[in-house]
Amino acid sequence: MTSTAIREGRAARVRPSRARTKRKLVTLALLTPALLGLVIFFVYPLIASVYYSFTRFDLVSSPQWIGLRNYQYLFTQDPNVWQATLNTLWFVVIWVPVKVAFALLIAGLLARAKRASGFWRTLFYLPALVPPVASVVAFVFLFNPGTGPVNQVLKFFGIQGPLWFNDPAWSKPSLVLLGVWVMGDIMIIFLAALLDVSKEQYEAASLDGANGLQKVRYVTMPSIAPVLLFSVVTGVIAAIQYFTEAAVASGVASGKAVIGEGISNNLGYPDGSLLTYTQWLYVRGFGTYQLGYASALAVLLFVVAAVILILLLRRFKAFTPEGAQ
Amino acid sequence: MTSATLTKPPAAPAKRQGRIPTPRSLRSRRVLAWIAEHIVLVALGILFAAPIVFVFLTSLMSSEQTLTASIWPQPFQWDNYVKVFTTVPLLQWFGNSALYAILATVFMLVSSVPAAYALAKIKFRGSGALFTVIIIAMLLPPQVTAIPIYVMWSQLNLTGTLWPLILPNLLGDAFSIFLLRQFFLTIPSEYADAARIDGNGEFGVLWRVVLPMAKPGIAATAIFMFFNSWNDYYGPLLYTSENPAAWPVAYGLASFRGVHGTDWGLTMAMTMLVTIPVVLIFFFAQRVFVEGITLTGVKG
Repeated sequence: MTSTAIREGRAARVRPSRARTKRKLVTLALLTPALLGLVIFFVYPLIASVYYSFTRFDLVSSPQWIGLRNYQYLFTQDPNVWQATLNTLWFVVIWVPVKVAFALLIAGLLARAKRASGFWRTLFYLPALVPPVASVVAFVFLFNPGTGPVNQVLKFFGIQGPLWFNDPAWSKPSLVLLGVWVMGDIMIIFLAALLDVSKEQYEAASLDGANGLQKVRYVTMPSIAPVLLFSVVTGVIAAIQYFTEAAVASGVASGKAVIGEGISNNLGYPDGSLLTYTQWLYVRGFGTYQLGYASALAVLLFVVAAVILILLLRRFKAFTPEGAQ
Repeated sequence: MTSATLTKPPAAPAKRQGRIPTPRSLRSRRVLAWIAEHIVLVALGILFAAPIVFVFLTSLMSSEQTLTASIWPQPFQWDNYVKVFTTVPLLQWFGNSALYAILATVFMLVSSVPAAYALAKIKFRGSGALFTVIIIAMLLPPQVTAIPIYVMWSQLNLTGTLWPLILPNLLGDAFSIFLLRQFFLTIPSEYADAARIDGNGEFGVLWRVVLPMAKPGIAATAIFMFFNSWNDYYGPLLYTSENPAAWPVAYGLASFRGVHGTDWGLTMAMTMLVTIPVVLIFFFAQRVFVEGITLTGVKG
């Protein structure tokens, strides 16, 4: 009897640990593909980028160590990097806030619209579904200075429309208009947040004698602040890698895109006004195959993105389920 | 609850009457606000719908008519939609897009659902750190890691094809893992625990309990992946720009106008054709899709 008790005790001690080992193995099996993916497509390339940035590398011969010379060139000699950085900053400072503000405005209107709300939501969301390339091609046509519908309508009202995508001063604002048109994703997120604000809070504010503006300031804004912050930070992340819209707009508006030559042919048209940092990285890397130098540009982009991400992650923890615990 | 229901009805009207003397002026003010809001809404609605309407109308015009001031197609050239298939290898490009989007989505599901399940429903050491790494991988610009990844694929002789964009999904996609995990977290852990007590292993719990309950979330994640691949421009530019036979249709559209001069009618027809599949999928899956967007924002 004692022996069986001991045996049972031992079994009881053994079984959970064996079960634990098994569970650990199963967990590992579930995670293996993702872990491999993170190592092969994220951790390794991140380290390799830093290494390449200290080399001269053209894909044909193996990388050659040249120390800090790429960075020296980047900060002191590169003829385009400054313009590309300024253009990208322009998108961070103008494109993001304008887009977010419009999304908030329309979400606010939709949150109040009771009749046909489904129709309005679909209408304002629909442009966000249009593939980015298609929306850029469409906008370059709609805003083309000669016979484009936009300038036709403006002419009807007696206004001489600008050259839009063909004028260095108007090309970026034209892309902001495009950004506003496709703000649907952010709008849906805002709308959900606005509809989540409890009615009791508004009623309580009314009882305290708050007017409409005060209700927005003291009830609405605090409740949607996390969502607002999130959309601004993801917007900034999107802006620092702004690529497709600018590259396609340059290509289509210049009318010179040629099969096989990618984007290098009419870079930043008109007059470099749409040359963004990531396009410059792309051209140095895959147009002229200066992979070492392009890696230095990538490392700089990583540093900037990392700073933004650290700011984001701090706030992020505050409103994920674990953060709340 | 009781205090709210008791105090609200008498207090609210009294307050309103105190602030605004007559019910009539209150009503007229509300009507005015309603009218103002709806004027703004309708005006913005017209502005938002106009591009699609113009693109559609232009897609039915002859190439000469697109260069005139007229807005209405004369005559309606429906065969633009046929002609565009013969001017460029559009069918092949659609095929490439479909292959890219479908395989990427299937591969992503196979690899990312198990990982998201482990992150959401199994307690293990390092799960927090792993989740943080996934968020960083998700948010970091792809250009940061593009060069070494390109070098890898060129050593495997796969540049010039779409495989460098499809195959990595077999090893998980950070954004999809993140989104799936958020969906799985909304399923009460009691169900998973009950299934474990019934003798199910983790695979059993995932397959029999979590998957059936997370169908809308999985559908939304799959749709996001499909759309992202269908819309992708940067990836195909990087890997296939010198091989038109491998182009997906969105990339082909970007070079279409340049090759064929100023034929806006055909270009707009192709713009419509690239967009229609996405819009159709959206209307079939609208509910789960909107739920998915909301979850990306509200939960983080």
